[in-house]
Amino acid sequence: MKKRTPPRDQPPSALRVIESAARNIIEALKRGELPTFDVPSRSLSNVRYDPKIGYFEIAAKTKRRTLRAHTAKGFAQTLRMMALSKELIDSGDFATKREAYYVSKNWGDCRFQEQTESDTVLDDLEALASKSRVFREQLGFVPEQHGGSVVGHLSVSEPDPETGRVLSVDCSQLGSGAYTVPRSVEHLELKSDARFVLAIETGGMFQRLHAHRFWRRERCILVELAGVPSRATRRFLRRLSEQGLPVYCFVDCDPYGIANIYRTLKVGSGNSAHVNRFLAVPGARFLGVTPQDISDYGLEDATHPLEQADVKRAEDALKNDPFFSANPAWQRAIEQMLSMGVRAEQQSLAKWGLNYVIEEYLPKKLAEPSSFLP
Amino acid sequence: MRSRSAARFHRQGLLSPECELFEQAGRAAVLPLAEIFGTNRTRFPNPDRSSDRGTSLRNPCIVSGASLMSSSRKYASATQMAARQRTISVAEFFAKNRHLLGFDSPYRAVLTTVKEAVDNALDACEEAGILPEVSLEITELDNGSVSVIVQDNGPGIVEAQVGRIFGKLLYGSRFHRLSQSRGQQGIGIAAACLYSQLTTGKPMHIRTRVRRGTAWDMFVSIDTARNKPEVRKKHEVEWQVAHGTRIETEMEGQYRVGAHSVLRYLRLTALANPHVTLKLTAPDGGVSEFRRSLRNVPPVPEEIEPHPHGVELGRLILMLKHTQYKSLGSFLQNEFSRVGGVTAKRIIARAGRGLTSRSNPRRVARKQAGRLHRAIIDTKISAPATSCVVPIGEERIVASLRREVTAALYHAVSRTPTVYNGNPFCVEVGLAYGRADAMTPERSDAAAATEDTIRLNDAEPVTLLRFANRVPLLFQQSACVMTRAVVDTHWKSYGLTQSKGALPLGPLVIFLHVASVWVPFTSESKEAVADYDELRRELSLALRECGRHLRAHIAKHARLAEEEKRRSHIETFLPHIAAALTQILGLDPGQNQQIVSSLDEALIRARSASRR
Repeated sequence: MKKRTPPRDQPPSALRVIESAARNIIEALKRGELPTFDVPSRSLSNVRYDPKIGYFEIAAKTKRRTLRAHTAKGFAQTLRMMALSKELIDSGDFATKREAYYVSKNWGDCRFQEQTESDTVLDDLEALASKSRVFREQLGFVPEQHGGSVVGHLSVSEPDPETGRVLSVDCSQLGSGAYTVPRSVEHLELKSDARFVLAIETGGMFQRLHAHRFWRRERCILVELAGVPSRATRRFLRRLSEQGLPVYCFVDCDPYGIANIYRTLKVGSGNSAHVNRFLAVPGARFLGVTPQDISDYGLEDATHPLEQADVKRAEDALKNDPFFSANPAWQRAIEQMLSMGVRAEQQSLAKWGLNYVIEEYLPKKLAEPSSFLP
Repeated sequence: MRSRSAARFHRQGLLSPECELFEQAGRAAVLPLAEIFGTNRTRFPNPDRSSDRGTSLRNPCIVSGASLMSSSRKYASATQMAARQRTISVAEFFAKNRHLLGFDSPYRAVLTTVKEAVDNALDACEEAGILPEVSLEITELDNGSVSVIVQDNGPGIVEAQVGRIFGKLLYGSRFHRLSQSRGQQGIGIAAACLYSQLTTGKPMHIRTRVRRGTAWDMFVSIDTARNKPEVRKKHEVEWQVAHGTRIETEMEGQYRVGAHSVLRYLRLTALANPHVTLKLTAPDGGVSEFRRSLRNVPPVPEEIEPHPHGVELGRLILMLKHTQYKSLGSFLQNEFSRVGGVTAKRIIARAGRGLTSRSNPRRVARKQAGRLHRAIIDTKISAPATSCVVPIGEERIVASLRREVTAALYHAVSRTPTVYNGNPFCVEVGLAYGRADAMTPERSDAAAATEDTIRLNDAEPVTLLRFANRVPLLFQQSACVMTRAVVDTHWKSYGLTQSKGALPLGPLVIFLHVASVWVPFTSESKEAVADYDELRRELSLALRECGRHLRAHIAKHARLAEEEKRRSHIETFLPHIAAALTQILGLDPGQNQQIVSSLDEALIRARSASRR
């Protein structure tokens, strides 16, 4: 692997996690004990939501993995994966999950037969590291998916991996193009004088707002989510949020937009509870489209009936999702949508003219941030 | 005691009316057909079944009649039919129905001939206390027929008897005795003689010498119409053996190898009779020899009187009619086993009016006989002595299996003798389990050289080796109570796979032996044992006991395999763990081995701790 300068912000704690796990094993052996790993249980029953913390987090339950004859293979694979991680950190390189799977093909009897096996080991490793506030990208394993597009009042700086010279991108100087959130955002330095961040579900709406320089008019940052946001996008939004910028979400008014896109962005998902502490944006707020907007903005004739899957998803959110259970405002909104029996897309605003969203809807909404759903 | 009952039968004229011979040499006797039927009733276990074999065995004289045969629709009158009806001799009947005796195909004819000759030889040798040594030679002749020569070192045959033994059907020494022997009714070897005669026209060539006697040479054929032997060219010869018999016969036949072959029959005979030596010269000149592994003749089974509970009404009537005893009381006490004065009185009392201890047995009316029979059945009578049954023995079965099959587990169970229908019997089961390729082969070259060896195979049904009175049963496996007992056993719980109603699968050979003074075969060709509850229950119990040993063995094996897998798992992956650790911690790769051994030690320590 080509030697690269370690990125500036790479926290040394990632290395510490790996090394201390290894050292624990050696020390257990010195005491004559069987080596163990305590991996946080990733089952849904071990996921908690505390509104004060603001995101789904993994609870205290851990699974103890002890070295036995029948676990020797898994043990060896986990340690091999840790060694790979160390190698990636040392060299400043990265590997996708798929690449990690192929690297294992060089491990002889330890090799993985299927990527699902290596993914499981990686997830365990990620959960193990998350206890020490280290997450997967810091271990050198980056997601397959890149992040969304970003434009507006933001400048992103990072050192060139080869020369070390600092490169800066001014996201307001990109013409009709946009900045793409990289797979790992830890090493980025973000500077902004924006008033807020607008996270937009669809590429079409993002393009419209960008083309009409909405970000300049409102002095904001536009981020394209493209459906449920990728890890990189979520982490990027989280970092912007940590800099004190309010994050407003502009998604479709349907159970998917609310219970999947927005919920995941804000509090994370149950499946990735062990990494929500890095990815969730607890401060995010829901600008629209709300069920109330449908009547407030006369969109009734631009709606579609809720399908069975939508109803099921909405009911599931009401019944089983601790985030919605903890927010009466959301319960009311979802019940309102269910009673109306319709959903409305962002683009339905075009009913009043293509730029109605820029001229009327968003300014009206933004004038009153306190009316946003939590 | 031994020959009393048989001799008595002769004296009392229990012989067929058609037979007027006086038997002076030993206990050989001609049997009336009715008696054969009476004793071999298993062929008609219920009235429904009697139809499937035809009723031909029911009467000593078979009457053939014309039926709707005329195409011109002219029906025959009773008088015309009477003109066509005539007596058929036993020999003629068997000539037409040779399949009943196991002569239905050329290769079976050879096998049956060998089987009858060898069975007779072994019976005779054992009774005379001689270690049997039988050599066979089978040659294929130019004219397409096969010549079979069987020579034994038995006691020989008194010259005057030779003709009747080989040239008269239903002439034998066994039928009137209740004792465990191979031959039972004196059909076999004469049937072989008859078959040769029918297919090649040639007589059977006999040479025999009794101890301190002269050697005789003669040719025997059967007058089929009269069931009488014809002896030709009888003369004294020079013969270099002290005693023994040699028969040579030529027949339409075929020599084969495989599951139903002469070789397989000899191999299995040797398996169940470790005291015999058998030698076969095959048509291709190949010699197979099965040497004895045991130097003593098995104890000669005791003869017993019939047990009252095993006697049919018809037989009881026959016995009443021909008894020498003058009173019913002494008849019951002397003609049956396990009947003393008290039991006899009880039976007679139960039989009711008109019968007393002093009644003359020959005057007992048919109705009274029926009541008497009923009374016998209803009276509690102690089981017959089981000393008349001689098992092979667990050790010998295991030793024989060991010689024949290379396996990992051998086990045998000999059940204590018990009784069905008044007939003492004993069941033995042995098994050899385990794949042969896992073992070092330690078998005789002769066995390894022939292709007819018993192999163990994982995915195939188990191999059954069935024996009745030490005679291997090669045919009709599925009709046999032994097979049924195996199928009914729940092998899954003993670690084998088994579909419902089928033999289990696995590398297993099951040896099954039924020894009895009267083995209930399902047919004259003696290929399968009939399904009596008592037999099946005893077989099941023996099989289950073997099964429990099998289960323990399989479980132990699985444990060892698991341990092996564990070990190899550890050996494969510990070095990887060590390598990753040294890489992460930047340790000296030289420490790898030390880490591996401390990992290994920790695993071993944890394991022994959890075991405690």
